[in-house]
Amino acid sequence: MSVLDTSIDQLAQQVSAGEVTASQCVEESLSQIQTQNESLNALISVCKEEAHAEAAAIDAKIAAGESVGSLAGVPIAIKDGICTRGQRTTAGSKMLENFVAPYDATIVQKLRDAGAICIGKANLDEFAMGSSTENSYFGVTKNPWSDECVAGGSSGGSAAAVASGIAPASIGSDTGGSIRQPASFCGITGIKPTYGRVSRYGLIAFASSLDQIGPMARSAKDCAVLMNVLSGHDTKDSTSARNEVPDFAADCDQDIKGLRIGICKQHFEEGLSPEVKASVEEAIGTLKSLGAETVEIDLPHNSHSVATYYVVAPCEASSNLSRFDGVRYTSRESADDLIGMYSKTRKTNFGDEVLRRILLGTYSLSSGYDHELYEKASQVRRLIKNDYDAAFEKVDLIVGPTVPTTAFKIGQHSQDPLAMYLADIYTASANLAGVPGISLPCGISSDGMPIGLQLQANMFCESTLLKAAHQFQTQTDWHLKRPQS
Amino acid sequence: MTTTIDRDALKFSDAKLIIGLEVHVQLKTESKLFCGCSTRFGSDPNTQTCPVCTGMPGTLPVLNEKALALSIKTGLALNCEIARYTKWDRKNYFYPDLPKGYQISQFDKPVCGEGFVDVKIPKSDEPARKIRLERAHLEEDAGKSVHDESGKGGVSKIDLNRTGTPLLEIVTKPDLRSAEEAKAFLTELKLILGYVDVSDCNMQEGSLRCDANVNLHFESGDETVATPIVEIKNLNSFRAAERAITHEAQRQFKQFRKTGETIHDAPKQTRGWDDGAQRTTPQREKEESADYRYFPDPDLIAVVISDQQIEAAKNSLGDLPAALRESLQSGYGLNDYDSDVIVSAGRETVDYFRAVADGSAKDGKPNKKLGKLASNWVGQEVMRYLNENSSTIEDYPVSAVKLADLLSRINAGEVDQTRAKEVLAEMLSSGCEVQAAFDKLGIVKVDSGDLEALCQQLIDENPAVIEEIKGGKVKAVGSLIGKARKINPNVNPGVLRESILKIIGI
Repeated sequence: MSVLDTSIDQLAQQVSAGEVTASQCVEESLSQIQTQNESLNALISVCKEEAHAEAAAIDAKIAAGESVGSLAGVPIAIKDGICTRGQRTTAGSKMLENFVAPYDATIVQKLRDAGAICIGKANLDEFAMGSSTENSYFGVTKNPWSDECVAGGSSGGSAAAVASGIAPASIGSDTGGSIRQPASFCGITGIKPTYGRVSRYGLIAFASSLDQIGPMARSAKDCAVLMNVLSGHDTKDSTSARNEVPDFAADCDQDIKGLRIGICKQHFEEGLSPEVKASVEEAIGTLKSLGAETVEIDLPHNSHSVATYYVVAPCEASSNLSRFDGVRYTSRESADDLIGMYSKTRKTNFGDEVLRRILLGTYSLSSGYDHELYEKASQVRRLIKNDYDAAFEKVDLIVGPTVPTTAFKIGQHSQDPLAMYLADIYTASANLAGVPGISLPCGISSDGMPIGLQLQANMFCESTLLKAAHQFQTQTDWHLKRPQS
Repeated sequence: MTTTIDRDALKFSDAKLIIGLEVHVQLKTESKLFCGCSTRFGSDPNTQTCPVCTGMPGTLPVLNEKALALSIKTGLALNCEIARYTKWDRKNYFYPDLPKGYQISQFDKPVCGEGFVDVKIPKSDEPARKIRLERAHLEEDAGKSVHDESGKGGVSKIDLNRTGTPLLEIVTKPDLRSAEEAKAFLTELKLILGYVDVSDCNMQEGSLRCDANVNLHFESGDETVATPIVEIKNLNSFRAAERAITHEAQRQFKQFRKTGETIHDAPKQTRGWDDGAQRTTPQREKEESADYRYFPDPDLIAVVISDQQIEAAKNSLGDLPAALRESLQSGYGLNDYDSDVIVSAGRETVDYFRAVADGSAKDGKPNKKLGKLASNWVGQEVMRYLNENSSTIEDYPVSAVKLADLLSRINAGEVDQTRAKEVLAEMLSSGCEVQAAFDKLGIVKVDSGDLEALCQQLIDENPAVIEEIKGGKVKAVGSLIGKARKINPNVNPGVLRESILKIIGI
């Protein structure tokens, strides 16, 4: 049994108490990488030397009797769209193939301060644009449960790293479902916090008003422990919230008696796989048995969320990605003039999906179309938020499937972007509204693939999500299931 | 488009010149608009940069509150409506010295709305005119591209020190009607900005930059025909602005006579001012028919400006130039020109002037006689010294108290103005008090017995002059005054003159 095969708070306690060394944790993680990463392709870069050095520093501190943080010695995989100082940070793009970040993202600094060790940079769809990690310049990440299936995306590498046991936890980012969907596909727990709960400083922006960093781990409790470290206002991020941060881990132990859970009929309509539906319904039964009450709710604009998302996100992306122009960061293509240099460099270094979204966004913001597209989408976004506000008058949580299906086959949707976009159908609305959502395992399909349950709560009510998820996990063992390797 | 205007018969004087200005003012903050880097001018290239202002992936802007406060202050000084809700937008375009590929600016909710500046053309009899302002918005500056101009195809270099420096872009309505008036507007604007201490307004260092939009209107009956609008860039001095507008107006007049092309036939063009050649030349466009794809910057939150913030800014304004000119005219009897000389020299000079004028009066209060005297001395003697020594009023060696002492003695007839200038020169060179300078120069009040004896001596020694005076040529007494001052430099010419005339019975 691996030293890492325990909960995060226990692992950190064992390290603090000197029962296990941080170096042992790192060794174990590196050995998993050694045996699994070549086939899974969960990590783009392995931070071997830095991890050894950081572990040695923690062990030295412990030997000297100094106090260490709440994540002492815990190896963590960090999505490669998040800057880590002195380490290559590619965002899954050829454009940043050789980019070494000159600074740590705020959350990386917080993790390091808590004693966590960045073991590697996890694969992702290029600039987080995708739902399968097939859009990475560094190759697809395979699902640890089946090498024919995708791990989901865009945080596919982060999800696969946890599911395979490479690391007990990872960090992802979620713009339209990019934490929750791969968590669902890989049978782990992942939370997208409220917009503003976690600093975005250092997250290479895809769509700034939707992007949110969050933890991915084997249980809700582990996610809560990580949320305690990640959350809080950051003076470097104007959009980060000043709201007080509760003790999420402690809150997990509260019961959910009387919790009102909303069932939205739009989540159970056409397109939902019967197996997923059955598992979700069974999970709802479990929550009821824990004392929760169900209430039917309506999110009438939910059906517009994917369309809205695919206007808002590309608009912001088209602007966010303008800085990758060949003047810096990458090899510059030669051309007769400046415009030619821009075009050739960007065409050479961006993948098709990124180019597609830049075109979509540029078009949607262009004079004459902006009213019909960007502005209209912003209005619909408001309506979607209003739906949530009305729903949370009546309920504490909204429960449903994370994704309509289990992990699809590699290549299955690669020629059909629209089919791929529908993977976000239950998740994108939370980003548009800013509310938090969590995905946790609630079943295994007949072909042996994990099924995810999504819970959504009102703004800054992550405690409600995490305690409901944790209480569910005290009654079920879906989260304890591991892929057969 | 058909027009009833007979182009061949047009004279330049038939053209109504329409000018609007866009002025970029660098706000006086220690650090940049969205990061902590210094805004100091003239450092080595790329030494005042950080991941935020160089647009490194993942970085985010954080608003410099001081820049917002200075914008509010400027808006109030320019009579602008201050927005209660203001926000940030991205202006998207590609250029190598724009590291994010967009500029953070303000599109539809600028911090300052409509305002105005009263502008008077110097030395003209025209009354001041209200020049309306459209808006003033806050934005970040781009970097600087240094191109190889040798023609040998060398590399272009980028300096990002300036990137992210806070700029307030002040936009006028097309209210200016002559190049002179445009220059007067710029002069007044710069003066106001200096008074409220929001900018260094140094054109050489680029902390004040100006573009002018110019076209001509011709009126014929009910019909107005306008020439295409031209934006003139690179106006690096007020004189350049004046000359460029004059030149452009004439160029447009000739062009219109030749082609009849109107605003409906051609889009806005950009021309640059070539100071060497003294002409405007067409500039290549930055991006063909630029579409900046403005949208709200999702990295920044909108700002709600409170009553308290506006009140605090109001309280920090102090008296503004227009109010000070008015107060110097009504309280001290100064005319337009003299009050403008004092006010244009800056707030410290106004304070100095008032201290001198008030201090020289017995009751220490403003009065018109001493105001005029003080204006002459401050406007001429003091300012000449400052100009000659490239000095400022704060460093002027004679304090307002000392100068007031001297002027009160002039007013009391203890010393005449010519000798008083010698006194001032002595005070400037030795730093002494007025009385010490008097003693050193031997200035004492001549008593009436001595004065009478001196007059008698002059009358006796100059019979021919006395005859001349008696014959009606009173002016001739002047030559006696000259002689008298050689005998005793302390005599007061006015008093001496009166005495002589009295003795000879005129």
